[in-house]
Amino acid sequence: MSADPHTLLLDRGNLERRRRVNRAVEAVSIAAAVLAVAVLVIVVGSVFLKGVDALSWHFLTTPTALFGEAGGGISNAIIGSAIIVGIAAAMAIPVGILVAIHTTEFAPPQISHPVRFVLDILNGVPTIITGIFVFGLMVEGDKQSAFAASVALAIVMLPIVARTAQEVLALVPGSLKEAAHALGIARWRMTVRITIPTAAGGLITGSLLAVARVAGETAPIILLSSIVGQGNLTDPGEALASIPYFIFQASESPKPEAHTEAWAAALVLIAFVLALNVVARAFYARSRNRMGA
Amino acid sequence: MEAGTLRNPVLRARRNLTDRIGDPLLRGLSGLAAALAAAVILGIVYEVTQLAWPAIQEFGLGFITTNDWNPVTKRFGAAPFLYGTVVTSFIALALAAPLSVAISIYLTELAPRRIRRPVATLIDMLAAIPTVILGLWGILVLGPFMRDTIQPALHGVLGFLPIFDGDPSAFSYLTAALILTIMATPIITSVIREVFETVPGDLKEASYALGATRWEMVRQVVLPYSRPGIVGGSILGLGRAIGEAIAVAQVIGGATLINASLFHTGGTLAAHIASQFQNSAGLQKASLAYLGVILLAFAVLVNVVARIIVQRGRIKDVDSGDLDLSAAATQAQPS
Repeated sequence: MSADPHTLLLDRGNLERRRRVNRAVEAVSIAAAVLAVAVLVIVVGSVFLKGVDALSWHFLTTPTALFGEAGGGISNAIIGSAIIVGIAAAMAIPVGILVAIHTTEFAPPQISHPVRFVLDILNGVPTIITGIFVFGLMVEGDKQSAFAASVALAIVMLPIVARTAQEVLALVPGSLKEAAHALGIARWRMTVRITIPTAAGGLITGSLLAVARVAGETAPIILLSSIVGQGNLTDPGEALASIPYFIFQASESPKPEAHTEAWAAALVLIAFVLALNVVARAFYARSRNRMGA
Repeated sequence: MEAGTLRNPVLRARRNLTDRIGDPLLRGLSGLAAALAAAVILGIVYEVTQLAWPAIQEFGLGFITTNDWNPVTKRFGAAPFLYGTVVTSFIALALAAPLSVAISIYLTELAPRRIRRPVATLIDMLAAIPTVILGLWGILVLGPFMRDTIQPALHGVLGFLPIFDGDPSAFSYLTAALILTIMATPIITSVIREVFETVPGDLKEASYALGATRWEMVRQVVLPYSRPGIVGGSILGLGRAIGEAIAVAQVIGGATLINASLFHTGGTLAAHIASQFQNSAGLQKASLAYLGVILLAFAVLVNVVARIIVQRGRIKDVDSGDLDLSAAATQAQPS
């Protein structure tokens, strides 16, 4: 429709209706944002209100009671989670950062684009499938182990670490790299002494976010580290308890006491995850300032 | 980009030993890491298919359409779980996508500048909540609320539709779909918000200058410009919903037959694997792995499509000459 531009600016009497539509849409948008924030507040609030009463020093420092008994705690689950996630992080963070170094510093686009694509696909693989994979690889014909769970979580972490690291390394100012080249510094030395320290904040951010993500990961653990012995176990060669699996099990129980324990464990987990997110964001802000982005 | 590597052999010989070793070492190590990522994908496909092989041989493609899961008669099929996955994740998508667009409009166009970042951070935090905790909340808070309030209301108004027929239940397709909506919304929002922020300011100002209201500007400039991002982001959210095992397993109830009513208990591919894998053996375990093969194919397909759409959108950003700005003007006329 081509109209004379002057007629377009005339008020043809439907301005009121257009304003009403506009106000309605604005109200819907505000309501949507309020709803999303409200859901966050309700979920975190539920966890806090229902968990805080059951949370005690005893709960944090006592291992889970024998099946069906109340009065136990989650010390074994905290230790188990720390070991499983710690080993996963120790595997995934260096490999993830190396992948990012390869695509940003060494590989030509014909290689870096497919690698990026592979990482995106890996990021889209459901974690339960990763669990089945590691089950077939390490558990079938053998036994469950915390180490198997660590491998699965490392696979979940890898694309998160690598993709954020790629983005951060790409932000390192070219002028710094060019200065290094001009001084004749070898590429590996430049990467280790200039690129990585400059991007450190962002690399830490990606790693912390990945840790936060897998700390609550439950699906692979059901397959890989769920049949656990009593007490505070620490050997990664056998199955270890974990906080997410404790919550899962307790939530499936018909008993109200189990539900209370589930809320308390959920409070511990959610506090850890949200704190990690906040710290990660702080590092990111610092890193951006440093790189002048 | 080859500035750091010296082609001249004389100059190269003068480098010290650590540099002569360090460069290929870091290149090799990092290349190995990249190859490892690719190997993991192939390994996953191989291993899951391998585990499913007995069931694939036994049931063939008929597995997909068999509406049964019976360990006693050893007859297994994927239909009930495919149905559950499709129904729950598409309801989640239908709710989360418009919600995410509305939130993104608020965050990029309406919210006072001071509170944009805090609100966006809060919505990102929603994505950080572990799904097992969402599931716990779904069992103990959302489920009973659905059973006592939402489902009777839906039944009262729309009960003549088979999907809203039947007795209310805390564990249901509908509860699972809502939990997935909560999971998918922050993911979709973060993609859409980012795309909305790339809409050039001069296009928006041109629209305002032609007398468009804020909504008309959004509808005629922001939304058309961002369409690939909206579609791609939504499909990414869908991918997340399809693959979620734990939260769904907690709230969907674990039925193994298709049921038309959304108030009924059901199952999804991922949730059924999560709840049964540990306690099964032989053909049943292989059948669960077969469900995994289907789920993996589904998830990879969805992700590839989403990435391609988002990528195309980025490339299109460069030449946005095809944007029809005259539409903003014609809207000002009475229709």
